[in-house]
Order: sequence, then C-alpha cells, then structure tokens
Amino acid sequence: MGEPGTKDTVRLEDLETASRLTGRKHILSLLVEDKPGVLARIAGLFSRRGFNIDTLAVGPTEDPEVSRITLTLDGAVHPIDQVTKQLHKLVNVIKIRDLEPEHTVAREMALFRVQASVENRAEIMQFAEIFDADIVDISRRTVTIELTGTQDRIDAFERMIRPHGLIEMARTGEVAISRSRPDQ
Amino acid sequence: MRAADALFAALKAEGVEHIFGIPGGASLPLYDALYDAEIAHIQVRHEQGAGHAAEGYAKASGRVGVAFATSGPGATNLVTPIADAMMDSVPTVFITGQVRTDLIGTDGFQEADVTGITMPVVKHSLLVTDARQIPEYVHQAFHIASTGRPGPVLVDVPQDLSKADIDYHPAAGTPDLPGYKPPTEGNIKQIRLAAKALANARRPVIYGGGGIVNANAAEEFRRFCLSDRLPVTLTVMGLGAFPAPHEQWLGMLGMHGTRTANYAMDEADLIVAVGARFDDRITGKLSEFAPRAKFIHIDVDPAEISKNIPAHIPIVGDAQDVLPKLTREYEALDPETSRLEGWWGRIRDWQAEWPLRYDDSRDSEIKPQFMIEAMYEATSGDAVITSDVGQHQMWAAQYYHFDQPRQWINSGGLGTMGFGLPAALGAKVARPDDEVVCLAGDGSLIMVCQELATAVHQEIPVKVFLMNNGHFGMVRQWQELFWQERYKSVEMGPSPDWPQLAEAFGWTGMQCSDKGDLRDAMRTALETEGPVLLDVHVSKDENCFPMIPAGAAARDMVG
Repeated sequence: MGEPGTKDTVRLEDLETASRLTGRKHILSLLVEDKPGVLARIAGLFSRRGFNIDTLAVGPTEDPEVSRITLTLDGAVHPIDQVTKQLHKLVNVIKIRDLEPEHTVAREMALFRVQASVENRAEIMQFAEIFDADIVDISRRTVTIELTGTQDRIDAFERMIRPHGLIEMARTGEVAISRSRPDQ
Repeated sequence: MRAADALFAALKAEGVEHIFGIPGGASLPLYDALYDAEIAHIQVRHEQGAGHAAEGYAKASGRVGVAFATSGPGATNLVTPIADAMMDSVPTVFITGQVRTDLIGTDGFQEADVTGITMPVVKHSLLVTDARQIPEYVHQAFHIASTGRPGPVLVDVPQDLSKADIDYHPAAGTPDLPGYKPPTEGNIKQIRLAAKALANARRPVIYGGGGIVNANAAEEFRRFCLSDRLPVTLTVMGLGAFPAPHEQWLGMLGMHGTRTANYAMDEADLIVAVGARFDDRITGKLSEFAPRAKFIHIDVDPAEISKNIPAHIPIVGDAQDVLPKLTREYEALDPETSRLEGWWGRIRDWQAEWPLRYDDSRDSEIKPQFMIEAMYEATSGDAVITSDVGQHQMWAAQYYHFDQPRQWINSGGLGTMGFGLPAALGAKVARPDDEVVCLAGDGSLIMVCQELATAVHQEIPVKVFLMNNGHFGMVRQWQELFWQERYKSVEMGPSPDWPQLAEAFGWTGMQCSDKGDLRDAMRTALETEGPVLLDVHVSKDENCFPMIPAGAAARDMVG
C-alpha cells in the first residue's frame, strides 16, 4: 500500500469491484434486541427491498434481552452484502453473522404425518429407523415422525416418505451456530 | 414529575427551541405541559405542514426539526413528511399522541397504528410502553435522528402514560444502543488508495450529493475539489455544497442537469461520489451509466455503497472526516495537474456548445427561466430558497446559482408537491435574519395553501414567488413529449385569484405578468413587511430542458 506521499499511483484498469452474487445458500444469524416490532421491522425490510427469505427461525438466546433470528436465503438471487448492510441499519439489530457453511452446525426439525396402512406401516417404521427419526404419534391410519438433522437430510427423508402418502409436514427452518475451534 | 413535563424537559435538554404542530385529544397532556414549557410552538394548519416545516427548519439550520401531532388522523397526516425526511435524510423527530394503553388494539376513537404505518419510512421508531421510558426515548430519538445518516425518528406516546408521574432523570451522554454504531472515520488505507487512483485519473469527475450538506462538509468538499483542477458536479440535493458559478463547476447533473455534467460523467474514467446515492434521476439507464468509469464511493451509510453501482473503492465514513484526509493524501502525491489538460479541453467544448439556454420572449411574456434569473438578481443570490416539486424546481436548480449549503431547500427524493411553503415557514423560524423565499408552483401551492394562515398567525414573514403557469407543468411536459400530447387533468382550470386569496389570509398579495416589471415587483415584495405572495404569470407551455428521458442514457439527452 505504501506510505502517504509516495509516488506509486494506482492504475485504474487494475481496480475491480467485489462480485455481488455468491451463488450459494447463506445462513444469516442475527442477534436482535427483544423489543416489540423487531420481527415486523425485519420482515418489512425484506418485503420492501424485494429480498426473499427461504427459512426463518426465531428464538431466545442465553441473554434474556436478546433473541436470535436465523434466516436462510439464496445468494444466487440476492446480493447478500446488500441484505446484511440493510439489516444493519435497523437499530434493534445488534449483530449479524453470515455463517460459513464449513464452520457451521446447522439443524432443522421437521414433523411428518404419513398415511400408514397395515401394508406399509412396517416400511415407514423402517425408514424412520434408518434416518434415526422418532415416532411421536400413532393412530390407526397414520404415524407422525419427528426428524432433526441438516436440511439435506430432511429433504431426503421427505423424498422417501412422500410416495407413501404424506398428509402433513411442518418444518422449523434451520437454526445454526458456528463451530468451536478444536482448541476452544 | 408528570411524564409530559419530563418530555419537554428532555426536549429542552436536547436544545429544542421550536416545535411545529397541532394539538388533539391524545396529545392534550403534552399540550398542557407545553403551556409552561418555554418552548415556542408554531401552530400550523395541517399536520403535513408541521412535518414539512420541521424539515425546512432542519435543512436550513442543520438542527433537529421537531413536529407534534395527535393520534389517528393527526399522526397519519405526518406520514408524507416522515417519508420525505427519510428519502432526503433530514434529521427530524416526530412526536405523536397515542390513545390510552387500554384502548390500543381495540380500534378506539382516533386510534391508528402509526408505528406500524410508518415503519418502512422511519430511521427508527419508539413506542412508549412505560412512562419512565419517555426521557430516555427522547434522548435516543435525537441521537439517532442526528447522527450517522440523518433521518426521521418517531416517538409515539400513549395519552395515559404522558399523564403518569415519574422520577425525571436527565438522560446524558451517548445512549446505550447496542445495535446502533454509526461509522465516522473512513478507513485510511482506502482513502490512500482513492488518492492514488485519483492522481492517476485523466478524466475524473467529482460527483457530490446532499450528504455533503448533511455532514456540514461543504467547506471540506470545496477544499478537496480545489486541491487540483477537478471538475465538479452536484445533485439537486447537493446544490450549494460547491460555490456556483466557478470555473471548475460543470452544473447540476442528472435528468435536468447540464449536458456538460452528464457528458462528463459519461466519458469519465474515475468518478468520486461523495454523499450521493446514484439515484435513477442521476444514472438514467443503469447499464449505460458512466460506462468507462471506475468508482470511488464515499458515504456514511454503508448500504448505499454498491447498492446501485458497484464501487471499486468504497469508503464508509463521515464526509467531514474523510474529505480532509483524502485531500491531504492526494496533495501529498503531488499530482500532475497537466494530465487534466485534455479533459478540460473536452469539457470547455461541451460548455461552449451546450450552455444552459432558453428562447426568451420577444414581448412582455415572462418565461419561467427568466423569472428565476430575475429572482436571483432581486435576492442578490443570497436568499434561502425553498421550492415545491416540478418544472419550477428544476429551473431554479439550473438558473439560481446556489453558492452556500443550506440555501436550497427542496424535496428531492420523495418529490413532494406542497413542500415549499411549510418548509419556508420552518426555514424562516430557524433563520429569522435571512431572507426566505418559497418558489412555489401553482399546482403545489394549492395543496398546502392553508399554511398561508400560519404565516400570519405565527408572524413568519416569508415571501412566496409563485410561478403560475396554470398547469401541473412537469406532468404536462411528459404528456406532451412521451404521451403523444394526450393532455389529461394537467390544466388547473379556474385557479384562485392568488393575490386576493393571499390578502384574505392577511398577506400582501401582488401580481406580475410583464417581463419589464418583474424585477421591481420582486424587489417591492422583498422590501414589504410581513408575508408577501407575488403571483407571477409565466408561459403556460414552456418545457424544462435539457432532459434525459426516463430510462435513457446521458448520451441521449434531448432539448
């Protein structure tokens, strides 16, 4: 970079801009003040700026005055940099982390209510076992399965179970936390 | 202490001397406290007027403007000024009465969720839920409104809470806002990089905006521009940040800017944007905007950088901090001024070929451009000018050579017709010793003409120079140029007799329709005590040129 007053100028043709679209999924972890209207401010910002949220999860943190909002969005469609800068302008948003996939533990929980006749009940139970899912409710014609895992894993389970008659599905959206370094 | 009294104690602690507003049911406790508060209350005639007056006050003085309204319709009438203040980054605090807490959410009389309604157009809002919050919220509101990129902050105060009894502890110091840390100092490495790039640029343009005025950095900007022969242009919001006319001044840029400024942007190899946001009225067709240029973008709001135009060298910081450092770094490089010779040659050619010009009438008809020139002469170029929105605004921007910041007060971002008169009232309250002239359009003035009463009642001696062309002139121009002359609802029809209307409100009313009389009429208006409205009849079908048609590129300027 050089010291002030040096003659080494910068060639304009060497100047470049940062690329705006990353082309991958981003998980943003927001710490926000637990104040009335915070979620409305964030939702409103997304809708008026035309940003589309894929998933959103809100919950408390270790600090009772602070909530965590985890949201995922597509970096192929939205300039994430612009999204985070706009979010930062909200006075109640304390901190934003764009979590690096390889340094992040992300999990989602899902509930599936599936048709379970006498013929396919065993097969469904087997799927659940393979995925390490829990049967949380059962009736004469249905079973309800709880599964926690990565988004990919839940997608995979959904694909397996759907042909058997998926009646209802509820997913939480991902929550995430950064991985500790091994020496921590 | 009663919370309402604490609210005014808190306002006084922020240095507030004037507020603009209208009382109502939910704000009765506040107005009862105001009775003893020793803060001047300018009673307007419509809450929109209160809001724009607060904006005019803030723009003219740099201090936070304050407007009061009651709940429901009073508060919703503030929405336009709040949105206007957001778009133009005007430091303002809006305090609204709200229905009692036990009525909130029940559709009570004069209840409106003003916090919700205004959420997209405020910098921040604070709904009081506990009377003890009031002093701290006022302190936070002023801090947020006036620091970083300024903007409007709403404080909504339920009626019962403002009657509550609280212990008043003056709030002091920087409020504890963990999520609000506006940047101030620019990154010195980035500033050095910018200086080096600029020292190597052969066709640079400095493009400044309203952020320079907001940062009180006009002097620093001028010094930076004059550290070399750097060509300077400004947006409509930035006018006054660089003294016009000047040999380095290219004129305003954008849709109705000069050809020279727009062509210079088009051919520039390096553009230094300072406190400007690459609005569509500046860029025209984004993909063809300044296609040869690299961009240094200096702004206090990081979200503006690379929002519309990706920046090569972003610098986040206050212009008042960044510009002196940039100037120092640039001068230390001892740049070769002669490298700009060719560029100035090109610019001088454009200036010679495309000066701002109009065909003056050969009879007594007053051309609108002539009216602005006459106004410039009559006011010796040093009045504070407020304007409405439309053709007259653009002509003023072109032909009134603003050479001081905070001299030109208009609604740039939201483009709010009717802004001019209430803004003039606010500006005059802030700067009673300066001449304040509202350049009004007839389509705009009638939207807020009830504020003529305010000027008399509150003894605010502003002048209104009404550019009366009997039309919504800018819309008429677009219908003529781009909608095959299918004129629809742009003629004002039986307009009021403006001098008589003004007289009815207690103003001095004057009229002029002869070019030869105009300067004298203006001087008489300026010399007459009290508020004066001068109704100037100008050509009805004059178009504002030059112009970049919407969605076109600078190269395609017409007129």
